[in-house]
Amino acid sequence: MPIRTAYTAKIDYLQIMDENGVLDEKLAKDTLTDAEVLELYQYMCRCRALDETAFKLQRSGRMGTYPQNKGQEAAAIGSGYAAKRGVDWLVPCYRENAALWMHGLPMHYVLLHWMGDERGNQIPEGVRMTPLCIPIGTQMLHATGISWAMKLRKEPAVAITYFGDGATSEGDFHEAMNFASTFQTPTVFFCQNNHWAISVPRESQMNSETVAQKALAYGMPTVQVDGNDLLAVYKVSKEAIERARAGGGPSFIEAVTYRLADHTTADDARRYRDPKEVEAWQGKDPVIRLRKYLTAKGLWSDEKQTALDEAAKTMVTEVVRAAEGIAKPPLADIFDYTYATVPAELETQKRTMRTHSLGQNPEQVGLQTEWTS
Amino acid sequence: MSNATEQAVFNPKLRRRVDEGSGVNQVECNLVEAITLTLAQEMDRDERVVCLGEDVGLNGGVFRATDGLQARFGDQRVFDTPLSESGIMGTAVGLAMGGMRPIPEIQFEGFMGPAYDQLVNHAARYRTRSRGAITIPMVVRVPVGGGIHAPELHSDSPEAIYAHQPGLKVVMPCTPYDAKGLLAAALEDPDPVLFFEPKRVYRLPTRDWIPEDRYTIPIGQAKVVTEGDSVTVISWGASVYQCLEAMDQLPEDISVEMIDMRTISPIDKDTIIASVQKTGRCVIVHEAPKTAGMGAELATILQEHCFLYLKAPVQRVAGFDTIMPYYKLELEYLPNAKRVAEAITQVMAY
Repeated sequence: MPIRTAYTAKIDYLQIMDENGVLDEKLAKDTLTDAEVLELYQYMCRCRALDETAFKLQRSGRMGTYPQNKGQEAAAIGSGYAAKRGVDWLVPCYRENAALWMHGLPMHYVLLHWMGDERGNQIPEGVRMTPLCIPIGTQMLHATGISWAMKLRKEPAVAITYFGDGATSEGDFHEAMNFASTFQTPTVFFCQNNHWAISVPRESQMNSETVAQKALAYGMPTVQVDGNDLLAVYKVSKEAIERARAGGGPSFIEAVTYRLADHTTADDARRYRDPKEVEAWQGKDPVIRLRKYLTAKGLWSDEKQTALDEAAKTMVTEVVRAAEGIAKPPLADIFDYTYATVPAELETQKRTMRTHSLGQNPEQVGLQTEWTS
Repeated sequence: MSNATEQAVFNPKLRRRVDEGSGVNQVECNLVEAITLTLAQEMDRDERVVCLGEDVGLNGGVFRATDGLQARFGDQRVFDTPLSESGIMGTAVGLAMGGMRPIPEIQFEGFMGPAYDQLVNHAARYRTRSRGAITIPMVVRVPVGGGIHAPELHSDSPEAIYAHQPGLKVVMPCTPYDAKGLLAAALEDPDPVLFFEPKRVYRLPTRDWIPEDRYTIPIGQAKVVTEGDSVTVISWGASVYQCLEAMDQLPEDISVEMIDMRTISPIDKDTIIASVQKTGRCVIVHEAPKTAGMGAELATILQEHCFLYLKAPVQRVAGFDTIMPYYKLELEYLPNAKRVAEAITQVMAY
């Protein structure tokens, strides 16, 4: 018997706007209008400003550990903009703040989260997303489950889930992909390949040439895209989301981007990263390329940038004030939100604010002295 | 509410009758049949309820707990999933977030390991970490415990591990009546409930007559099986039957108050405290290893609240602090009537 080919595949890579802000006009057709690009650019600058301020808040002791999003904004904004606010679900990791804010999460909630307050995860009514997810690679299963529920309920809604290149080494990633593909759920798996999982580079994380090819094993459409190219990210995200909405099942997107900052404020990337690599990626910054594009088109100027920076500063001040203005939660909250109804033992712990039993019950036998508070 | 005739369709093989005294529709079933019947009734009354797990569809589950459900409700209500415990638990969390009432089945308690992260780090925490914005109402069904000559990792009793996790409720009924009422209650619960089914008593030789119409038993309520005033014996799961057997071996003057916890978490402190304040003696029996088992927690509660009532140290008859042996030795490992009777006798003589 001759050997035959059982399977072949290829991975497409899409870039529409290059590092100098030059468009491939043909590919750019039917993506974003200049008016949209202009608006999203300004939004991106505001998100960047808040991100930089969040870093400073940590450094000055006003906030705990924070993972900067810097450099990955095009991936978050391009995909977030392709999803329908209030209809589609975002199931994030923690490096796509810009997408969450776009879908209605109050900006100060993210700060509140990193300030050690669960109320930063209290997703408002009508906003469709899950809170930031700390255990790596576990949230994709929730996206599969949520979108599965949408399918069963016959709601035309999609779940898009975000994760990094490192997360694709987790078993849950593969289980989520397999469930989604087996049950043809309307799920979009959006990998932000930012090249680093804390200190481990992508090349040491896996031996695959691309992350995107992992989806081939699950029989799902997959593509690699310049993750710092707003238009390209928007285009592939829109296609994947609308395919899912139309009943075409899950898709995979590998957005090739770069973590310009440290993993978190508790990390020092200088210990493991070549400064030349960082410098090279600074040149591919999504903010810079959009500004170049808009300037060349005559839609942007230094004056406009100065005005935007000022407005962003005002906005950031308000966001920080909102987060810092929220008083420490009452300790009673930890008891009240463990279960829908507080069980008896927990009620006692809440009432007495202690766990030892003596004195809890005035009639308790064995109390030698009258207990007073 | 559908009437008895309509409900009979759920499992027509079961015998039915109307209790003459009370007029209650009754059905005769064992524990696993009670679970199947309840699942069918709950799926019938709430279309958000879906079952998912390994082999739960066409095959009806390895213990047949979901037998016939896919045929009745279709393959968009009862799902044969990939062989993937974390996947089952994690997608169930997502299904709950998306408005469904999932009932994931983990085939055996020994396979809970891969699903632990999703259950403990997500399902149990979502209400608190989102301050009530996101909740995970789901019932995780898991056959549990030893005594059926099963292969390795099919016989453990990990209830204490999950009772230690805030945000979870843990239930372990051991009779058809309790299984039916507690499963219906678990599905009503707005929080994740781990529903352990002791496989050793899935199919006891005698079936019980239980009410066919829907009823619930509150989660967190222990049951006094027999009243007595000499000694309190506390147990749950299949061990309850070993305790009842032990009672037959005791002298007639020892009157045992037998308590079946039914719910492992939250603990019904009031029932056990009241009983031990009455009897002054207590023996706790469970299959799980002794050290840091649920018996330790219950004994501590009793010494906190019954210190001056105690006439003897609280005793634990439990699995040994070893790995659960393969089945040739499992009956020696598990608490049996002889060991329970011996402990009761010693507590009485103290």
